[in-house]
Amino acid sequence: MSMHMNWTAIGTISDIARRGARCVNTPLGKIAVFRTADDQVFAVDDQCPHKKGPLSQGIVHGTSVTCPLHNWVISLETGEAQGQDVGRTRTIPLRLDGDVILIGLSALVEDAA
Amino acid sequence: MKQKLVIIGNGMAPGRMLENLLEAAPDAYEVTIFNAEPRVNYDRIMLSPVLSGEKSFEEIVIHGDGWYIQHGITLYKGCKIKSIDRQAKTVISDTGIVADYDKLVIATGSVPFIIPVPGHDMAGVLTYRDLDDVNAMMIAAKSRGNAVVIGGGLLGLEAAAGLAEQGMKVTVIHIMPTLMERQLDPAAGHLLKKAVEERGITVLNGANTKAILGTNRVEGVELADGTIVPADIVIMAVGIRPNAALGKEAGLQTNRGIVVDDQMRTSDPDIFALGECGEHRGMVYGLVAPLYEMAGILAKTLVGEAAAYAGSVTATKLKVTGINLFSAGDFAEGEDREEIVLRDASSGVYKRLVLKDNKIVGAVLYGETSDGAWFFDMLKKGADISEMRDTLIFGQSYQGGSPLDPMAAVAALPDDAEICGCNGVCKGKITGAITGKGLTSLDDVRAHTKASASCGSCTGLVEQLLGITLGDAYNPAAVQPMCPCTHFGHDDVRRLIVAQEIKTIPDVMQQLEWKTSCGCAKCRPALNYYLISNWPGEYQDDGQSRFINERVHANIQKDGTYSVVPRMWGGMTSSGELRAIADVVDKFAIPAVKVTGGQRIDLLGVKKEDLPAVWSDLNNAGMVSGAAYAKGLRTVKTCVGTDWCRFGTQDSTGLGIRIEKFMWGSWTPAKVKMAVSGCPRNCAEATCKDVGVICVDSGYDIHFGGAAGLDIKGTEVLCHVETEDEALEVIVALTQLYREQGRYLERIYKWMKRVGIPSIYANVVTDTDKRAKLFERFVFSQKFAQVDPWAERVSGMDKHEFKPMASLEFAQAAE
Repeated sequence: MSMHMNWTAIGTISDIARRGARCVNTPLGKIAVFRTADDQVFAVDDQCPHKKGPLSQGIVHGTSVTCPLHNWVISLETGEAQGQDVGRTRTIPLRLDGDVILIGLSALVEDAA
Repeated sequence: MKQKLVIIGNGMAPGRMLENLLEAAPDAYEVTIFNAEPRVNYDRIMLSPVLSGEKSFEEIVIHGDGWYIQHGITLYKGCKIKSIDRQAKTVISDTGIVADYDKLVIATGSVPFIIPVPGHDMAGVLTYRDLDDVNAMMIAAKSRGNAVVIGGGLLGLEAAAGLAEQGMKVTVIHIMPTLMERQLDPAAGHLLKKAVEERGITVLNGANTKAILGTNRVEGVELADGTIVPADIVIMAVGIRPNAALGKEAGLQTNRGIVVDDQMRTSDPDIFALGECGEHRGMVYGLVAPLYEMAGILAKTLVGEAAAYAGSVTATKLKVTGINLFSAGDFAEGEDREEIVLRDASSGVYKRLVLKDNKIVGAVLYGETSDGAWFFDMLKKGADISEMRDTLIFGQSYQGGSPLDPMAAVAALPDDAEICGCNGVCKGKITGAITGKGLTSLDDVRAHTKASASCGSCTGLVEQLLGITLGDAYNPAAVQPMCPCTHFGHDDVRRLIVAQEIKTIPDVMQQLEWKTSCGCAKCRPALNYYLISNWPGEYQDDGQSRFINERVHANIQKDGTYSVVPRMWGGMTSSGELRAIADVVDKFAIPAVKVTGGQRIDLLGVKKEDLPAVWSDLNNAGMVSGAAYAKGLRTVKTCVGTDWCRFGTQDSTGLGIRIEKFMWGSWTPAKVKMAVSGCPRNCAEATCKDVGVICVDSGYDIHFGGAAGLDIKGTEVLCHVETEDEALEVIVALTQLYREQGRYLERIYKWMKRVGIPSIYANVVTDTDKRAKLFERFVFSQKFAQVDPWAERVSGMDKHEFKPMASLEFAQAAE
């Protein structure tokens, strides 16, 4: 893990509906940024480990999201599928600076390299 | 050093014996089985439900192939033993296989008795013993022709009922004056005859078979009095004899069966006989309970434990669904006997107890058999019943004037009362297993104790024991909770939302004590629907609690793109609309264009960000959302009707368009599909829809409750009306009733089945006042719901849905 996360601002928390998500486009695919009912924020690859469904479109409950394609439940904290399903989606480091959301760009780039 | 154990026969008795043996001493023997039948051990008693179509063969297998492999048992299927060489201690099969033994068990079962009348060996004459017989019967039954069952005993009646269920015209021929004369007295036999005849089966008592007629195959049965009964198949169910031939040929002592002592040993110290082929103290048995007892004794003998079989008292239950019959002991009349009889003609109940020296020696129960176990218990124990003589016949729950409570009857049974007759399982063993092993279901009890695992007639008692032992924790017919977040079911939640005037999702979760802070993907959309349908105009729809399709008003595809379906009212379009669609396809490079079953056009592969722009162009051409994703009105299909069709009786297209334009918008518990056909030729396929109209000369037949998806089901007719206005009123009222009563995701045909057609009919057809009120409530809901969601979003609503939050370039990061 690089020393410089290269924290990059992508918007504010109010850009995201509570219990909802917004997408961040990158050359290497979409990232889904979630806001829970109690204003926690998480970022994961916008891809379900099952069949790459867009997690950003799922229903958010607690700190999990249910994938809209086949109902897999993914933890936003760890990216792990819940229950009997096995799989993991990549989590992206994320920080709040006041209201501003920053993601750790280096993590993306490193994985790409 | 393992001893070699060879078993001839693979029926229920040796199967149980092996189970006991393997549990006691798994490494004592190397086991080889020769089975003349080409299959594993199955529950022969349950062949009757297989014949009637209630069960499949797979469901009645006791030991599958895996069981034999797991226990290292060699099973020769379809391999009959030709002879036993007692000197060499070997057996030889008809295919020449030779196996040597240290101990041999003969378990060859019974052979069905065939009356030696002329024609008894013709094609089409079957017995009823094994799966091959059942398969032959089921094939014959496909012809739905005539079946004659010779023999009105247990097996014959079960065969008759099964064949009647499969559509054959069945006649039972029985030589004695009443049916099941071994188990029933004449009065009960008479009641049984009536019940059997009610199933369309003809019963001929006192009928002696003279010959079976036919040239190449069975054509009829001739009776001694000259009557000829036509028959395409004849089932001989006149009794069984022990299959002792092999033992006799080997020089063992045989009588009716192979004679055995109390340890199941034959006249040869290394050979045993088990099951129906054996004769013990002059008795041969054809019921499973004694055979299982013998199996237990033999297993102990084989491992060197002391054990002795003392014979069995038996009880029988008829396994024909819907006929309750129980008999035990000896109920013949006699000078030293008394009887107590209870008859209730209107409920078809007959109970008779035969007493001798103040003890029950026999019991026959017809129509109401729940006290069978209690009477049998007292019979076996030789209990003195003089104290309860006056109320004895009324059953256990009437003793001491206690209130009639079926659970109390079972609760009051002593622990050693036998619950499962087939497997000899007493109450204490079941309740002990439930608490000791933490069992929670009927299947658990079956697996751990064998109770209710053979013929299944004690299932009710076992369920009661589960209820008594587990209390509230066991409730098989309980309300299904909406989801793991709550213990409330859908109907309770709906009711409480109205009763307690709950108006937001967080309030529902708070007041109804949800177990989670946020609900889940199952309950949140349901709650959202219940709130919006109960409080139109007041409740603020929660988009975050909607499934993606309904949130963005398009259908998500497997690759994350969407499909767009504009409305085509009643399936009618115009050149203008088609041109607008074509232009949109070109402009946005939409990859696929499909005509749907709902009579409209689907544009597939639209990127989410493009949706508002696509909608804008379609809106400009006058097209609105087709709600192809909605739990709401999807389409009203039509066929052309009086506008064009030479057979059209009414303006079906016009009506269809009118309904669609009136009813689109409001959310419903599940999708609603409708159709209007211009005449009974039904070209719009209205009779498999949620709501369908068949136009006729005199007006409109309104149909509902069809299905053509996972289930296929034709509609029920709701009513006939004479005008379009009335048709619309009825359909709207019906839909509103569904909106108020349906559970989320429950289609109309399922709602209809659950609440029953009479109540729907009463609310929507007969009570015109209720109908009018339902209509008004729908109209009110439409005020808030009939808004084009595309137009809303084109004007900027929910724009965050369609735009990414940010777009990043890695070039920035490198700096």
